[in-house]
Amino acid sequence: MTSEQSATVDRQLRIDTGSAETLAGYALIGPALVLILVLFILPTGAVLAIAATDWHLGAKTLSFIGAANFTSLLADPAFRAALFNTAAYSLMVVPSTLVLGLSLALLIESGKTLRAFYRAIHFLPFMTSLAAMAIVWEMLLHPTIGLVNQVFAAVGLPTANWLRGESTVLPILAVIGTWQSLGLALVLFLAGLKAIPQDLYDAADIDGADGVLDRLRLVTLPSLAPVSLFVLIVVTLRAFAAFDIIQVLTRGGPGDASVMLLYALYRESFEYFRTGYGAAIAVVFLVIVIALATLQARVVNSRASHP
Amino acid sequence: MASVSVRGVSKSFGSTPIIDGISLDICDGEFLTLLGPSGCGKSTLLRIIAGLERQDCGTIEVAGSKVDHLRPKRRDVAMVFQSYALYPHLTVSENMALPLRMRRLSALQRLPVIGALLPNTHSVSAEIKTEVARAAKALGIDHLLARKPGQLSGGQRQRVAVGRAMVRHPAVFLMDEPLSNLDAKLRVQMRGEIKELHRRIGVTFVYVTHDQTEAMTMSDRIAVMLDGQLAQVASPQQIYTSPADRRVAELIGAPKINLLEATPRGEGLLAVAGSTLALDSKLDGGNNITLGIRPESLQFAERAGLNTLTGRLRYVEHVGADLFAHVDVPGSSEPLVARLPVELASSLQSDQSVHLRVRREQALLFSADGRRLSEGDDQFTQLRSCAG
Repeated sequence: MTSEQSATVDRQLRIDTGSAETLAGYALIGPALVLILVLFILPTGAVLAIAATDWHLGAKTLSFIGAANFTSLLADPAFRAALFNTAAYSLMVVPSTLVLGLSLALLIESGKTLRAFYRAIHFLPFMTSLAAMAIVWEMLLHPTIGLVNQVFAAVGLPTANWLRGESTVLPILAVIGTWQSLGLALVLFLAGLKAIPQDLYDAADIDGADGVLDRLRLVTLPSLAPVSLFVLIVVTLRAFAAFDIIQVLTRGGPGDASVMLLYALYRESFEYFRTGYGAAIAVVFLVIVIALATLQARVVNSRASHP
Repeated sequence: MASVSVRGVSKSFGSTPIIDGISLDICDGEFLTLLGPSGCGKSTLLRIIAGLERQDCGTIEVAGSKVDHLRPKRRDVAMVFQSYALYPHLTVSENMALPLRMRRLSALQRLPVIGALLPNTHSVSAEIKTEVARAAKALGIDHLLARKPGQLSGGQRQRVAVGRAMVRHPAVFLMDEPLSNLDAKLRVQMRGEIKELHRRIGVTFVYVTHDQTEAMTMSDRIAVMLDGQLAQVASPQQIYTSPADRRVAELIGAPKINLLEATPRGEGLLAVAGSTLALDSKLDGGNNITLGIRPESLQFAERAGLNTLTGRLRYVEHVGADLFAHVDVPGSSEPLVARLPVELASSLQSDQSVHLRVRREQALLFSADGRRLSEGDDQFTQLRSCAG
C-alpha cells in the first residue's frame, strides 16, 4: 500500500468513526430533545396557533381570525383589570416578601435558640397546599365569625368584609400571598447569611464598622445581593402565576376586583370555553414572564461579570 | 507604638479548653510570632488580643493600659486575616479608606447623598484619599486602586489587606496566617516584604503561623504554643539550639530532629541504639530518657569509635548543597536522618553499613515526661521578658 493509499484509508476511517460519534451524540440527546419538543415546543406552538382562531372548546369548526383576539383583549375591561390586578398584586407581594423574609432571617440568625423551630414554622405555609390553607384564611376573614374581625372589633379597629370589598380584596390576597412565599424567601436568606464568612464581620469590627446598620450596609447586604436577586426572580414569577387563592377564595370577585392573568385565562378557556381567546391571554402571560425572566437574567449576568 | 501584655488569659469553648493560663509580654516594636500546630489556640489568642473573642479570665494590656472592656476598634490594633477579608463589593481604594472613613466621618457624613452636602465631608474625604494613595504607593498597589478584590491575584489581595491595616497607623499589627493562601514562591517574597514593612514602620507585630520557616525567618522572638500553653518563648536561634521541651524540638527543624530512646549507664555514659555515647552530663542511671540529635549534628565517620552510631543506609536524598542520609539504627523504627556534605554521595550506597559521629555538645536530652535535661538555666529563658 502506498502512503497515498494509506492516507485515504486513514481519512475514511476517521470519517467513519466521526459519523458513528455523531450518531451516538444524537442518540444521547434524542430522549431529552423529544421531551422538550412534546412538552414545551409543541404546546407553545399550539397555543400560538389557537390564539389566532375563534375556536371554542369542543367545537367542530374553527376559523382563522388573525390578531382579532388580541385587539379585543385590549378593549376587554375584564382583561385590563386582570393585567392591572396582577401588577398591583406583584408590587405588593414581592417587596413585602423580600423585606419581611430578610428581616426575619436576620432575627432568627442573630438569636441563639430555637433557630430550627422558627425556620420550620415559617417554612410550613410554603409546604402546605394553598387551596387547603385558603379555607383557613376564609374562616379567619369571615365577616361575622372570623377571628380577624372579632379581634379588630375588640381593640376598636374598623372591621370589613375583607374578601368581598373591592378595595380590600387585593391587599388581603397580597397578605396571604406574602405569608405563603415568606418561608421560601426566609430559608434562602438564611442559607445566604450562613455563607457570609465570619472574617468579614471581624474585619468590620476592627475597621470600626461595628454598629448594626454599619455591619448591615458594609457586609450583610452586599454579600446577600446574589441570593436576593434569586429570591426576587422566584417570588415575582410566583406572584405572576397566582391562581389557586383566587379560585378558592374569591373567584375573581367582587366584580373583577381580584381577577388576575392566570385566573382570567382559566375562566375564558374552561368556564366560557372561549379557547382561542384564552390562548391569546396565555400568549400575553408568556410574553410578560419571558420578558421578566430575561430582564432579571441580564441583571444577574451583568452583576456576575463585575463582581 | 505600644507593648502588649497578656496576663493569665484562659479561654474555653464549651467544655473544651483552648487557652490555658497564658502570660506573655510583647515589647514595643517587637516582631513576635505565635507558632504552633493547628488547634493549639494561637489564632484564638490573637483574636482575644484583637477583642474579637472574649477571654474567660486574665487581662490584656496595650501600651500599659487594660483594654479588656474596649471594643476592637478602640484598641488601636489592626488585623490581617488569612482570608484577607476584603469587602468584595468595594474597590481597593474604598477597602483601604474604610477604617479611616469610619473613624473620621460621622454616620451622617458617610451617607451617600446627604453626606456630600454636609460641610467638611469633602475635605476629610480628600485627605483620606491622599493617605490611601500614599499607603498604596508604598505597597506598590497604586495602579490597582480602582479594581475590586475579585479582579486581583492572591498576592495583590494580600497587599491590599496589609494596606487596609497600615493606613490608619495602628499601635499593634495582628496577622493571622497571612501568607498561607499564597503559593510557595510568593510566600517567600511576601515574607521579605512583611519583614521589611515591620522594619520600616517599627510598630509591634504579633504574627500567627504554623509554618516554622516563617517563624524562624521573620521573628524577633517566637512563642511556641502547644495544647493551649506556651511551651517556650525565645529567639529563633535559642528555640532551635536549645528547645525547652521535646515537643518544641520536634516542631522546629526540617527534617525533624532524630529522637532515640537512651538508657543512662552512669558516669555520663548513655546506651543508645546499640552503641554507647559519652556525653558530659551528670546523668544518673535509671530512668529511660530520650536523646535528640539534629540532622546536622551527625558527622560521617570512617569507622566505629567514640560517640558513633552504626546503622544501615536506607537511601540518600539530594537537596543541592547537602544530602540527607536515612540510616536504620537498631532499636528505632524510624530511620536516623543525617545531613552530610554532598561530596560523600559517591561513597554512599544503599544497604551499606555507615558510622555517624554525634557532636556531643549539640546533643539534646529529654526526660521521660518530655522536659529538657541539663543546662538548668533554660528554664529561665522562657520566663525572660522584654528586658532580656
